[in-house]
Amino acid sequence: MAAGKKQPVIVEGLGPLDKPASGLLTWVDARFPLMENWRAHMSEYYAPKNFNFWYFFGSLAMLVLVIQIVTGIFLVMHYKPDADKAFQSVEYIMREVPWGWLIRYMHSTGASMFFVVVYLHMFRGLLYGSYRKPRELVWIFGVMIFLCLMAEAFFGYLLPWGQMSYWGAQVIVNLFGAIPVIGPDLSIWIRGDYVVSDATLNRFFSFHVIAIPLVLLGLVAAHILALHEVGSNNPDGVEIKDKKDANGIPLDGIAFHPYYTLGHDLFAAVVFLMIFSAIVFFAPEMGGYFLEANNFIAADSLKTPPHIAPVWYFTPYYSILRATTSNIMWILALAVAGYAVLIVTGVKNMLVRGATVIIAAIAIIGMFTLDAKVWGVVFMGVSTMIFFILPWLDQSPVKSIRYRPAMHKYFYGIFVICFFILGYLGTQPPSPTGQIVSQVCMFLYFGFFLGMPWWSRMGQFKPVPDRVTM
Amino acid sequence: MSNEQSLDKERRNALVATGVVGGVGALCTAWPFVNTFAPSERAKAAGGPVEVDISAIKEGEMIVAEWQGKPVWILKRSPEMMSALKQSVDMLVDPDSKRMPEPNWTPAYCQNEFRAREDHKDVFVCVGICTHLGCSPQGPFGVGANPALLNDEGFVCPCHGSVFDLAGRVWKNKPAPDNLRVPPYKFTTPTKLLIGDDGTKGA
Repeated sequence: MAAGKKQPVIVEGLGPLDKPASGLLTWVDARFPLMENWRAHMSEYYAPKNFNFWYFFGSLAMLVLVIQIVTGIFLVMHYKPDADKAFQSVEYIMREVPWGWLIRYMHSTGASMFFVVVYLHMFRGLLYGSYRKPRELVWIFGVMIFLCLMAEAFFGYLLPWGQMSYWGAQVIVNLFGAIPVIGPDLSIWIRGDYVVSDATLNRFFSFHVIAIPLVLLGLVAAHILALHEVGSNNPDGVEIKDKKDANGIPLDGIAFHPYYTLGHDLFAAVVFLMIFSAIVFFAPEMGGYFLEANNFIAADSLKTPPHIAPVWYFTPYYSILRATTSNIMWILALAVAGYAVLIVTGVKNMLVRGATVIIAAIAIIGMFTLDAKVWGVVFMGVSTMIFFILPWLDQSPVKSIRYRPAMHKYFYGIFVICFFILGYLGTQPPSPTGQIVSQVCMFLYFGFFLGMPWWSRMGQFKPVPDRVTM
Repeated sequence: MSNEQSLDKERRNALVATGVVGGVGALCTAWPFVNTFAPSERAKAAGGPVEVDISAIKEGEMIVAEWQGKPVWILKRSPEMMSALKQSVDMLVDPDSKRMPEPNWTPAYCQNEFRAREDHKDVFVCVGICTHLGCSPQGPFGVGANPALLNDEGFVCPCHGSVFDLAGRVWKNKPAPDNLRVPPYKFTTPTKLLIGDDGTKGA
């Protein structure tokens, strides 16, 4: 917090503990900025008073992170990262370690629920324009967390050493093999062997339990620090810092603690944990969506399961990978050419124009010379990373969906439907109809983002109020 | 400390030099760490040739052997299967196996329409790893056994729907770009195969 003035520390509400506590606190505060940080991030962090349902998911993501770390620590005490023992050690946890089944199901359910919560959290950002200026970095750190989370989930999925673990890792590592020239050597370097093997399992274990979690924690800290620097957005998309009272406190702001911690997030946590427990106890496999049936068979390097699909949270991007086939490369080339023309006619900056022409030309030549497989990998990568540039793609004069034209709501709706269809088709075996549907959805998915600089300005916008509405 | 007007060039050069030396040192230190990722000597040594007895395989049957940790299919094709290979050539991306994603993908002695050694054309040997993303395709399927094959016979990859004929040649407009790999192999006796060694150097 910016308030540099040293004040005597007063801890309110501690009752009879007032004196010793404040004595100790004064001692600590003279040596460490404890209360300063408490005020900056909790008791004097003013959040808009009109948060709704959609604002549950940030704190819930923190809760799931804690669940994953704690259950993970206990699983590592019994798990063996060895190709000969890994599958058996997971069965050992499930059957012989006291309460091991509960810890393991909490961890596997936590993985899926992490993505449920994070997807809803991201969609909230989309609804209310939470990534718009000045919150671009909050969003970028968030997208980095999302990518880290996908890496964490992918590395973790190999550890049970089941059939799906094995062949899922085989497919994803081979994605890197599609890169021209260095690809084949790169995928051997990642695996540490010519096939997914013990070497691969050990390094994935290391990434899963230490490397990625460390990065993840750092990013979470950066995400929150960036948020608290600029302040939270809200469902109306108005800046509460524009209207302050005599003490410099936003008129529409309420202290994060205790109003949101106890009144809002604790309630959300209780409801969430009820749902979480119901899944852990009654449907930990979630009909094959959270834990796939084939993963209850030990890895066999000679036999791919009859139907292999990633876990549900990866399937939208996986569908895009599958949808990129050689017979639609000319349509993709046309789309790139058309988009380049749109940028060149719409932007005055000569540098941007030149760069667009060069990038488009390279892409179009590449589409007719490189294999469709390479482009499948490229589009899958772009589909996850396109979120990074969302703050600049969105050119709408208002932040919140509440004051946008009806047309925008339909576009959001189409995007969400496409995301679900791609997700569903990614869980299904390949079929000719599925392929065409996923190709259409892929175009709509990219069209939603890449067309945003144009469509987000169109239509009749409603007037945005000065203050938040309840 | 130099003031704003006169920049101490000597000090700045010393800073740049320190930075460069430090950066080179950091890169050199990173090198062994990056290299621990490469296959170990043990993993490299594990890829030796494998001998397989094929006397028990009946016509139209296939067995799976393991070589370098990968599944290797050995299919004994019937005369009908062999003649069917000639018919659907226009469906294929690379009927003559000219493409080489890696050197020796289809050894020279197998660059024929059967992708097999001339003296045992009916015995088809290939690495059962899809050239798309490395799943192991299923099959062989007979006519009508798998809808993806229409009215032909061959192999189908369940993951992304690539289709291969009974010589491991990939169909057009499927995700996989290349034919299945034919490993180096030779017959030591008429019923014994050595996979991973064809008698040439470097195989």
